[in-house]
Amino acid sequence: MTLRREIEQTSQMDEELQQTLRDFRSSVHAWSEAEFSKPHKPVMVSRTSWRVAAGWALGCVLAVGSVAGGLYERHHQQEQAKIAAAAAAQQQKLAAEQRKESEDLFAKVDSDVSREVPSAMEPLAQMMALDSTE
Amino acid sequence: MASGIGLKEMTPAMPEEATRVYGEPSVREFAGIVHAHRPQIFRFLLASTRDVDLAETLTQECFLKAHRSWDSFRGESSAMTWLMRIAINLEKDHWRNRRLQFWRLTRTNSVDLDEASDWLPSGERTVEQHLIAKEKVAKVWEVVAKLSGRQRTVFLLRYVEELELADIARSTGLSEGTVKAHLSRAVSKVRAEVKGK
Repeated sequence: MTLRREIEQTSQMDEELQQTLRDFRSSVHAWSEAEFSKPHKPVMVSRTSWRVAAGWALGCVLAVGSVAGGLYERHHQQEQAKIAAAAAAQQQKLAAEQRKESEDLFAKVDSDVSREVPSAMEPLAQMMALDSTE
Repeated sequence: MASGIGLKEMTPAMPEEATRVYGEPSVREFAGIVHAHRPQIFRFLLASTRDVDLAETLTQECFLKAHRSWDSFRGESSAMTWLMRIAINLEKDHWRNRRLQFWRLTRTNSVDLDEASDWLPSGERTVEQHLIAKEKVAKVWEVVAKLSGRQRTVFLLRYVEELELADIARSTGLSEGTVKAHLSRAVSKVRAEVKGK
């Protein structure tokens, strides 16, 4: 609908709409006059102030609570990370110690076994020795 | 409620016969303006906000501001237009500030739309006719609540305060063409709602 058409329609309002708008006007006037003639009620002002104060207090509590909660959560996460890092370091240290022990043991076994096994040429040397004595 | 507090109580004590000097209106002159225009300003703010306490507070602020800036009023427009312009700006400022105070949004003293339509005088109608008329008024309130700030202001000034388009233009600081456009859009919405389109 173009603006010109809308404006034309506004100027040619039907009776029903005009009556509704008149009723609307009358209701606003009646309400305004009734409220305007009411006596002063200071209680309403203090109640409003109390509500405002309560609103502020609740807002402050919520704000402080959220900040404190956030800080606590952050601190908790940092502590958890520290504990996890210490546990990982401890595990790595243990693994390194175990590896070293195993390597030492294998080296020792290797040297013991090599000492016990006879030299490869020993039987031949013994035979040669027996032959020469004969 | 602020309705019991007259502006006369807020103005500094001045001699009764004091004439208007620069920046200080005589008590009698300003009291006359308050007496003549306060109901209309209050009614406009009440219809705009549907909050009695807020309307009274803003009405008080409007006259306080008018008293303080009396010297800036050059009489180019009527006192009513000038006061209405102050009231419109105060209302605008109020909603702007209110948007920042998010916890205040949960607390509102606005009257329900149905309750606002209860004030329709029965007149010489039958009970049935009165109920139908009340329903239609409630629909108008519904539309008014959904209108943009400017459309609502223009609509209320035209159909509640019955101001001329030129006066509405002066009060709102808009051109007459813009006022007509806002008004026609608002009326179209009201028509659609009332006729159930």
